[in-house]
Amino acid sequence: MSDFTLKIRRYDPESGEPAFWHEYPVDLPPERSVLDGILQIKDREDASLAIRCSCRAAICGSCGVRINGKSALACNTRISDAARRAGPGKPIVVEPMGNMPVLKDLIVDMDAVHWKKIMRVVPWLLPAGEPPEREYTVPAEAMIDVTQSMACIQCGVCVSACLSLEVDPQFVGPAALAKAYRFVGDPRDGQTEERLRDLAEDPHGIYDCTHCFACIEVCPKDVAPMSQIMRLRRRATGDFEIKDSNNGYGHERGFVNIIERWGTLHEAQVLPRSFGEGSFVKGQVKPSAVKQLAETLPTALRGLRSGKVTPKKVIVHPKLPDQARVRKVMHTIESKPRLELNLYIVGDNSGEEQGAMAEGSQEL
Amino acid sequence: MKLAYWPGCVSRGFTPELHGSMHLVAPKLGLELVELDRANCCGAGVIAEHNQEMADTLNARTFALAQKVDGAAGMMNICSTCQGAQSECQERLDADSGYREHVNSHLSEEGLSYERDGEWWNKNFLWLLVEEIGLDKLSEKVVRPLEGLRIAPFYGCYIVRPTKRLGYEGHPNRDKYLDFVIEILGAESVEYAGSHKCCGFPVITMNRATSLRQAGRHLADALDAGADCLVTPCPLCHLNLDMQQPDAAKFVERDLDVPVLHLPQMVGLALGFEPKELGMDKHVVKTSDVQRKVAELAAA
Repeated sequence: MSDFTLKIRRYDPESGEPAFWHEYPVDLPPERSVLDGILQIKDREDASLAIRCSCRAAICGSCGVRINGKSALACNTRISDAARRAGPGKPIVVEPMGNMPVLKDLIVDMDAVHWKKIMRVVPWLLPAGEPPEREYTVPAEAMIDVTQSMACIQCGVCVSACLSLEVDPQFVGPAALAKAYRFVGDPRDGQTEERLRDLAEDPHGIYDCTHCFACIEVCPKDVAPMSQIMRLRRRATGDFEIKDSNNGYGHERGFVNIIERWGTLHEAQVLPRSFGEGSFVKGQVKPSAVKQLAETLPTALRGLRSGKVTPKKVIVHPKLPDQARVRKVMHTIESKPRLELNLYIVGDNSGEEQGAMAEGSQEL
Repeated sequence: MKLAYWPGCVSRGFTPELHGSMHLVAPKLGLELVELDRANCCGAGVIAEHNQEMADTLNARTFALAQKVDGAAGMMNICSTCQGAQSECQERLDADSGYREHVNSHLSEEGLSYERDGEWWNKNFLWLLVEEIGLDKLSEKVVRPLEGLRIAPFYGCYIVRPTKRLGYEGHPNRDKYLDFVIEILGAESVEYAGSHKCCGFPVITMNRATSLRQAGRHLADALDAGADCLVTPCPLCHLNLDMQQPDAAKFVERDLDVPVLHLPQMVGLALGFEPKELGMDKHVVKTSDVQRKVAELAAA
């Protein structure tokens, strides 16, 4: 048995008192979980401590909290690991999940945020045509692509960690967008393009993800929501050429076009190309692009004034010495069916089947 | 220590003071930099968003060029984003010899091939400082301890997440290195909410409000915690936190005016270089207060 200290954020809206911190002693073997610690406190110290939990085995997804600032399932976090991360002599800090209103103690309002966002992406199959006589069938291998997003247990831990949501509460968010991919990637669904167009055009949709990896880091089921969002973007731009008004298409195309031409990033062309569907010329003549360029003028002037940006740098960008070869490689890859690589990366060569090209990767 | 050096695009583009200051401090730290001037952009996650095989191949090309540098201990980058984008590709390449062979086939015409080798590494300057040079050795080289300076670390997402991909198993303190370096140089590391959060740069063209609210909030938090300046190992973070700062201030509706240093600039100050040599005049947010404090240190 070991001694641990849990510092828990308490809040009871009915008390009329503000939230406060309280430290509790816990006596548990080191291999037990933070949830076991919380339940021991409930049992021995204060039965009024509120926590949502059920399976204690990272299956039900009920006990999402923040432990030392990091979102996680309490049942899936070893108490000794949490103590080590807290640092010597410091308590394990446990607080409710972020980005959602707190109902009581460690319980947040999942309905107000998480479930509302899940509903936003129409989380059910929308098949095309008349229903078949019996069930909708699909070859098993066609479903491999969506297995990772299907592993989601709706715990909301990624929603809690999301750094875009923190500044934009309207962002559709990692869990809902991973769920959206589950249907976009399903061959039985008949609304693939409509779903993608909807999420690409929404200013708070797939292009509001800031690529910070927070959701990938915390997901207890390795759903890698951000990777699913990148797949949604890949499908939207690559397969359907959806030229959205958020510049998502333009940014991706513009960036790739620049590297194809110069090999390294010609930064001065990123903005016009982003605003002009990837094209430098369009980025300077299309009315919406001109308007956006004008808005960024103060930034550009500041850059020039500071000496970071020089007029020469804006106009001329050196090509790599072997740029013809870089371009050829890019063309070769572009001309083949796109590889969608397995997202369950294990990262060692011990079993060849577990690598990037193993089952789960496919040509689209 | 000889290193294959990948400066990245932005350090030679809109943050020339980063590339310049790195070149200045390298010899003092005993680093011989062999610049990979034929290497291509890492893709910054955007090329991977377009086509993973393309991103993997372009970075395999960079790794192959680095592996050809005779006598190099490894490869060094000076950009969190390069580190993250390259580590992602390296993870896919290392995981599967069949895939690696497939990717290398694209490079064979150039006579290049990326070989998986457990010993070979690609490290950000921050990681290299702590793991290869070592904090003790670094402290021996300090001629001007940055006493009295309160510096807020800003890591950049790409070198802190995902920990599994970024070697945290073997180096569990990588998310504290910037604090370690600040302290060993004699300054005080400022604790604040935003140190490991996102600067917002990746969505600056797609959702300006989200992007600049992020930048503004972290700058404000650092300021409220009493920071004289921030320091970052990522030039993209620098662009959003420095070049965009006047606009970010509007999004959080307050004055900010807090300078943002590049990691080699901060190291350079402690090694005795003058702010001007380190390009500290090439910032959008004036670094004059930091410069004044450093000048007082020199006088003391």
